Amino acid sequence: MKKRIVKKHPLAIRWFHWINFPVLTIMIWSGLLIYWANDVYKLGWNDKTLLKFFPQSFYDALHIPFKLSTGMAFHFFFMWFFFLNGLLYVLYTIFSGEWRYLLPNKHSFKEAWLVVLHDLHIRKTAPPQNKYNAAQRIAYSSIVVMGMGSVITGLAIYKPIQFQWLCNLFGGYEAARIEHFILTLGYALFFLVHVGQVILAGWNNFQAMVTGFEVEKYDDPILEPQVEPDPEPLSEPTTELLPETAVIIPRAESTAPIDSNEATETNEITVSPAA
Amino acid sequence: MKTPNTAPGGQQPIDKEIRRRTVVSFSIFFVCLTIGGILFYKLYNQPQSASGVQPTLRKALNADDKIFSLLFSKKNEARSFKKENAVKNVRVNGDVGMDGELDTTWRLKVARKPGDTLVLTLDDIKALPKTEIVFDFKCVEGWSQVTWWGGVRFSDFMEKYNLAPQMATKYVGMITPDEAYYVGNDMPSMLQPQTLLCYEMNGKPLPQDQGYPLRLIIPVKYGIKHLKRIGVVYFSNDKPKDYWAEQGYDYYAGL
Repeated sequence: MKKRIVKKHPLAIRWFHWINFPVLTIMIWSGLLIYWANDVYKLGWNDKTLLKFFPQSFYDALHIPFKLSTGMAFHFFFMWFFFLNGLLYVLYTIFSGEWRYLLPNKHSFKEAWLVVLHDLHIRKTAPPQNKYNAAQRIAYSSIVVMGMGSVITGLAIYKPIQFQWLCNLFGGYEAARIEHFILTLGYALFFLVHVGQVILAGWNNFQAMVTGFEVEKYDDPILEPQVEPDPEPLSEPTTELLPETAVIIPRAESTAPIDSNEATETNEITVSPAA
Repeated sequence: MKTPNTAPGGQQPIDKEIRRRTVVSFSIFFVCLTIGGILFYKLYNQPQSASGVQPTLRKALNADDKIFSLLFSKKNEARSFKKENAVKNVRVNGDVGMDGELDTTWRLKVARKPGDTLVLTLDDIKALPKTEIVFDFKCVEGWSQVTWWGGVRFSDFMEKYNLAPQMATKYVGMITPDEAYYVGNDMPSMLQPQTLLCYEMNGKPLPQDQGYPLRLIIPVKYGIKHLKRIGVVYFSNDKPKDYWAEQGYDYYAGL
């Protein structure tokens, strides 16, 4: 059994990912400090409450109470990092062509269902996939739309008179606040599923978001090994020559320009499911 | 299986390469993680001095204020509602500067410049053209209420009392008679046509707990800026002291 290094995540995407995680965490935490000051939302109807946002024990555990001004100060500082990181990520995916792996295509919505059935061990096979499966495409595109939603509803709440048209677009001040809040619940849900899937997918998949590559085992190479440049670890690119046996093959299509027909040659290299 | 490329011990040279890259990447990852953690820890634990918030965050808040005050336009008015939509039970959310009750001996003191103070009665103010507004009053805590207020436009007041030179200053400061509560507002927001020196709520004189005899209503700001029970008005090019800004809130508090 031989191994080879397969490029997976470009350096830029790894940086965007790992910057976004703590920044979004700070945004959610500071958002909770703000929300606490007027915590009126609940799940339920009339006087029946299924779930109050949030129970006192939750606030106490996270030391939330009486920090409104701290919350606002952090929220209105880190909003810039959240916004800029997200903006650069979107621009990068557009200009690098990465969007091709991320955006759902016409098959994705049907296939996503099959992926879910497969992940729940109801179905034996998963549909063929590229870098991301159909469910991932939908999830990773939705999270970007949600991020934009948070920025825009946030702006509507932050300056509801100067951006009154925006506020009205979301149904008014109170509605924009609820939408902003629900998006945050969405991030929490995304986080749970995402981390769960990453754990299930295993180390090789996870470490790729740090190193940029996955290790692939193969028995019978279909293709002649081609030596490719270093797939940019999180360090400066090394120029040293690889050992003769180091077989580095770009992930199917990942390095090929969008319009290249040559890309089809490497399509046969399949990739392991990733979260 | 033929393994010509396998090094002694059954290890492939590529294992070395994989390990090297993994170690390098994760080292950089953990160094960055540590630096980020230290930066956040230092930021969170900065001594909070007089501004009530970490100095770095105060700088960020001031930068935000600058950016968003550039976007401010007097033409952007708070949405008006019908009087029927105004709530009957208007929330009372603060009592700083509101000890005891005031009576008709109250006077409004307008410090035109040092040593030159205009002293006015409530009737003087009521003699000016009255403006009413029903708008969604927004609190920094997150709640809002549609409320109905009446009084004189601050811009009308400035004009009638020939305060044009004062209009050229950057800020207006206000202080309660007991000097316990105080706010500063930028002049463009003060001159916005919905900003009132307010003496009526729901068509009746202001209740004591809503700031009788005269309070500020400034719809383009959060409630913390709507000072109740005005004692002194003054003008300044420096930021007047502001009660909630000292407690760590942003100075501008504009909507």
